[in-house]
Amino acid sequence: MTILFFKRAIEDFRKNRLLNVVTLLTVSLSILIVSAFILFFINTNEIMNFWKKGLRIMAYLKADIPSSEMLDLRRQFQTMSGVESVIFISKEDALKQLKAQMKRQASLFDNLVKNPLPDAFEIRMSAATQSWERVEFLAAQIESLDEVEEVEYGQKWLGRFTQIFDLFTFTGYAMCTIFFMAAVFIMANTIRLVIYSRRDEIEIMRLVGAAERFIKIPFYIQGLLQGALGAGIGLAVLFVAFLFMASNIERGFFSGFFNIQFLPPLISGAIVLTSMLVGWLGSYLSLKQFLKG
Amino acid sequence: MIDADDKSSVIRMFHVHHNYGTQKALIDITLDILKNDFVFITGPSGAGKTTLLKLLYLAEAVTEGQVLIDGMNLSRIPRKRVPLLRRKFGIIFQDYKLIASRSVFDNVSLVLEAGGKKRRLIQKKVRSVLRLVGMEDRQTALPLSLSGGEQQRVAVARAIVGDPKIILADEPTGSLDDDSAGIVMDLLRGVHIRGTTVIIATHDKDLIRKTGGRVLYLKEGRLDTSSIIEKDYDDSIL
Repeated sequence: MTILFFKRAIEDFRKNRLLNVVTLLTVSLSILIVSAFILFFINTNEIMNFWKKGLRIMAYLKADIPSSEMLDLRRQFQTMSGVESVIFISKEDALKQLKAQMKRQASLFDNLVKNPLPDAFEIRMSAATQSWERVEFLAAQIESLDEVEEVEYGQKWLGRFTQIFDLFTFTGYAMCTIFFMAAVFIMANTIRLVIYSRRDEIEIMRLVGAAERFIKIPFYIQGLLQGALGAGIGLAVLFVAFLFMASNIERGFFSGFFNIQFLPPLISGAIVLTSMLVGWLGSYLSLKQFLKG
Repeated sequence: MIDADDKSSVIRMFHVHHNYGTQKALIDITLDILKNDFVFITGPSGAGKTTLLKLLYLAEAVTEGQVLIDGMNLSRIPRKRVPLLRRKFGIIFQDYKLIASRSVFDNVSLVLEAGGKKRRLIQKKVRSVLRLVGMEDRQTALPLSLSGGEQQRVAVARAIVGDPKIILADEPTGSLDDDSAGIVMDLLRGVHIRGTTVIIATHDKDLIRKTGGRVLYLKEGRLDTSSIIEKDYDDSIL
């Protein structure tokens, strides 16, 4: 019986070729756009995690703090949530580092009577501290300490980028929802047109004693097949585009920083299943409306 | 062949009325059709012949009254069981109702597929029925490439392939020439001999005269019980 249903679904697909090809292309396009968004999120997230690994807060201390207080201070920083490591940089070490970085301008330091740099703590954040609000909160907390003169978290742009990324995420969800609904609507309409074009045939089937199940199952199979095929085509096109872009990116500016990756098998599978669900839902809605009698 | 003594009712109608909106199509119909009957329902156009048949396979629901098919009360039958009821019938429609996009074989096999029969059995049964109606050589043809007589023979094949208890034929020879009509009637006679109840709606007096059988006469939606119910063909009523 299952073979018969599949045979009939494929036969229907063949007989209403134009209608089905248009649906298939629309589903493929929807899947392509949604998958491209997902691909963008996955890779952007990777990049952000990569950058966040280097995220640190510099706490510059007031002058002449006794070393006993330094230990307390370090302990205080270490117990703050989201902090991965705390490194003390004495003002002498800081000057040495500066001199090493400015070898060519070494003469500038010759006339220094007193070391102008403050003692400082370099506080590194854990990668899990992804919320920029959390980083800002931590920086404010550190700055409020009496011993701290100033805090600096140089990669402030990352905050802005995080906000933009959040906006993209929101837009992405909205787009995915819209495309999901559009795909369901289009599939439902195609199936409805197919049912309409075959209404006499369906009526005859009913009159000769075909159960609703017998009439409906091929349409459900058709919806599932359209969903699966549409997702397959959409993902295949995305993969080709990805290969092309990845080879350009790896040769370009970002070379060596991180590897961009395609959608993991689990997510690809989820996209195919969701697309099949869309197909099934499209069939369900049109059958519910059309085959009431 | 059925037992000659086995004459229980397969169709019973009690005071059946049917309206299309405000128009009365059938009025107070009460009748009994027995197992292995060969019945003509006749009367002028618009008398309610087709409506009466439609009530039997639930293409229309009665407005008032009761219809029993093989002991099943149609007004109490759940929607889910309607296909099972329809499989008791083999229906030959006035306009054949063949699926234009399917071959002769597929049109006939549809009934068995819908009944969930095994593929091998379907192949065997459909071939044998197509042979019986003389359409074995045209099994791959599409209905529109066939003549009216051939299409009607395919419709007969579809009606008998599922070994139904009752054959309902609505004007089965209406648009056929004499030879084709003869073939169709011979086929219906054949299935009747093998034990099937056959009900034919027709206004063709010659056909009734030639074939013979029980005649129910409908006029303006009413059954003329005085002359025909329990009698065989009587020329005076036509």
